[in-house]
Amino acid sequence: MPDLVLEANSISKSFAGVKALKSVSFDLRAGEVHAVIGENGAGKSTLIKIITGAVTADAGTLKVHGELVPHMDPRVSKALGIAAIYQQPSLFPDLTVAENIALALEGRHAWRILDWKSRSRRAAELLHRAGASLDPEHLVATLGMPEQQLVEIAKAIGADARIVIMDEPTASLTEREVNSLFQVIARLRAEGVGVIYISHRLEEIAAVADRVTVLRDGESIATKRMDEVDRAELIRMMVGRELASIFPKREIIAGEIVLELRNVSNAVVQNVSLTVRKGEILGIAGLVGSGRTQLAETIFGLTPAASGEILLRGERVAIATPEAAIRRGIGYVPEDRPRHGAILEMSVAANTSLASLKKVAHRGLIDARKERKLAEHFVDRLRIKTPSVEMETGALSGGNQQKVALARWLAIDPSILILDEPTQGVDVGSKSEIHSLMADLAQQGLAIVMISSELPELLGMSDRIAVMHAGTIRGTLDRKDATQQAILSLALGHAA
Amino acid sequence: MKRFRSEISVGFAIVVLLIVLAFLAPSFFTRENLTDLALANMPVLIVALGMTLIVLTGHIDISVGTMFAICSVAAGEFAKLGLPAWGAGLAACAIGAMLGAINGALVAYLHIPSIVVTLAAMVAFRDALRWITQGAWVQDLPANFQWLGMTQAASNTVTFLIAGILAIGIGWGLRNLPAGRSVYATGSNANAARLVGIDSALVTFSVFTITGALTGCAALLNSVRFNQVPSNAGIGMELKVITAVVVGGTVITGGRGSIQGTLLGVVLLGIVSPMLTFLGFSAYWERAIQGLIILCAVGFDAVRSRLGKYAGDFAERTA
Repeated sequence: MPDLVLEANSISKSFAGVKALKSVSFDLRAGEVHAVIGENGAGKSTLIKIITGAVTADAGTLKVHGELVPHMDPRVSKALGIAAIYQQPSLFPDLTVAENIALALEGRHAWRILDWKSRSRRAAELLHRAGASLDPEHLVATLGMPEQQLVEIAKAIGADARIVIMDEPTASLTEREVNSLFQVIARLRAEGVGVIYISHRLEEIAAVADRVTVLRDGESIATKRMDEVDRAELIRMMVGRELASIFPKREIIAGEIVLELRNVSNAVVQNVSLTVRKGEILGIAGLVGSGRTQLAETIFGLTPAASGEILLRGERVAIATPEAAIRRGIGYVPEDRPRHGAILEMSVAANTSLASLKKVAHRGLIDARKERKLAEHFVDRLRIKTPSVEMETGALSGGNQQKVALARWLAIDPSILILDEPTQGVDVGSKSEIHSLMADLAQQGLAIVMISSELPELLGMSDRIAVMHAGTIRGTLDRKDATQQAILSLALGHAA
Repeated sequence: MKRFRSEISVGFAIVVLLIVLAFLAPSFFTRENLTDLALANMPVLIVALGMTLIVLTGHIDISVGTMFAICSVAAGEFAKLGLPAWGAGLAACAIGAMLGAINGALVAYLHIPSIVVTLAAMVAFRDALRWITQGAWVQDLPANFQWLGMTQAASNTVTFLIAGILAIGIGWGLRNLPAGRSVYATGSNANAARLVGIDSALVTFSVFTITGALTGCAALLNSVRFNQVPSNAGIGMELKVITAVVVGGTVITGGRGSIQGTLLGVVLLGIVSPMLTFLGFSAYWERAIQGLIILCAVGFDAVRSRLGKYAGDFAERTA
């Protein structure tokens, strides 16, 4: 019997009468990476919250290092060496890296005199063990997402955590950053730390996990050794059905050129030329910071082009504001949904009509009936799960919020749709729905520009893939020539 | 129904207070008393309409009391210069709009937090006014100024009509005009609003300007009730107005709220202070009770949004 650091037995938990977990058992060995997968709402977060003590189970027992823990709360969990690293790092942006680490590790002695030198030294040492080359005196606000995650890992190492929970740690990382994260995980595992790894990305789980537990609708479907299962089986267990094909890309004959950029430049984007045809999906690949999002923002008029030409259906246009872009039939679904996407306080109907109020207005007044009809049309078409279109969008699940954001842009009846990370943080089921929708839209003649960090998505969905590096397009690959290696080598700045 | 939940609880509080009054002080319900009370609260209502717009965009304006004083004095002085009451009123609105525009420009285009901008305006303009007037009230008003140059009853009717039209118009516009949507969108998520082509800065600038103009209108309708204009009018008005808006269910961080709610908020606050008098408490309790009401409203808000969060978790699991 290998050394079990954590055993959860028959854990059940209900919220407001709805069972979030039904008698789930889960264990973790020292020096093991145990992945937990499942669609949104499967119960992953509830399980994590019970292990970290954020919520208390209704029934079931928790054992840590073989000892029964009668009452788990965040303080107990920390004392037992359990650390959690979330998708969004929970750091203080206005404090330095060293201060953040110190705050997490030191006790609460409000009046103790601080020893800044040793703090800084200790932070440097922990960062080094986390595989990070960061200056401990930098403000956290100046760090990128991957660096912030490394600080979280350093905190966990410093707390001498024996159980590290990682919740979607790679959602905002590029391939290369993911690889360095995996090295850190390997190091933790070698030190005998047990890692619970939650991710939607099955490729990653195959690469990093020893065992995998699949949750569905609050139940544990199976726990398997990673070498016993394949991707198709995992997906089948997660969704309870076979997905017809993972990428529902359809062969289409691309029509005339809808959008063309000629030598477009501004502060970030450097001399970009590209074309997108009617019915075509153009993938945009590149590492974070390569200027992908800025390119989208340039086309959409948020950071207008300083030089070069943009042509719509062969006609030269100036797009200086988002409003001008919308008027010309360009839709933009940005990444980072909570900040830029659906407006959570507004109803589904108000969100859907927000970019096309002119369409639901009659003589300048919003026609509530027309608006409801428009929203109901998209609720149907996108299969948005909501009790009514009057529902506040914030009450829907993440995948459905993303669909509402998409509905807003489809409602303007666009001829060009720019999607920035359309399936980031979305569960496997919704992801596949969004992919089929993209395929449908392309077939109906929409020109789609899709920015993505996920190579399989790019390869599966795109007709052509433009790879960006340092603000410019390094090369464009046809669907038949594109491979992960080819994309990566362009993204890293090598010639095609 | 969910949308009106906060309005319902304010309405409930009002009904409870009225029942208490009906038993303990039936004389509260004389026609004369109710008219006086309503009339005295019309200026608060008119300013609160603008404040609702500002709070919906996620901002706040604590300089309305000062603007109210300036507009009151201005209305009186213009009347003395020979303008008819409506002309003095328009001038007061224009001055209010100008002051509001200064606040709005600093908030919207220089991105200075609205509480800082309007705190500065509140203090600076109040003292500037004191210095200019030397504390003197505007007296010897022409005869055509008081009661708008009409009978008192006609003037009161006009006041109610103006307040009613403004309330209905703004409430209706918020629901039915694209501009109303822009106000909500700006307050909920300025980034997302920008992406759908809404000029959030212009929205912010506009709501401050509108509030200034409304304050001017309120100042005129208040001034015509007396035969002289005090140069220290509107002290503490911002508190009353913001309380009414927040109590009415408009969330202080923006994006959620309504004119109906504000209307109920004004009614609730309007009956609290006379109720104290009628029940024999000292008027000194008024502020304390106002504070208590704010706390209850905001506390209720917090509880509600926590409950809402659970509802969200529920949706997440059932999706």
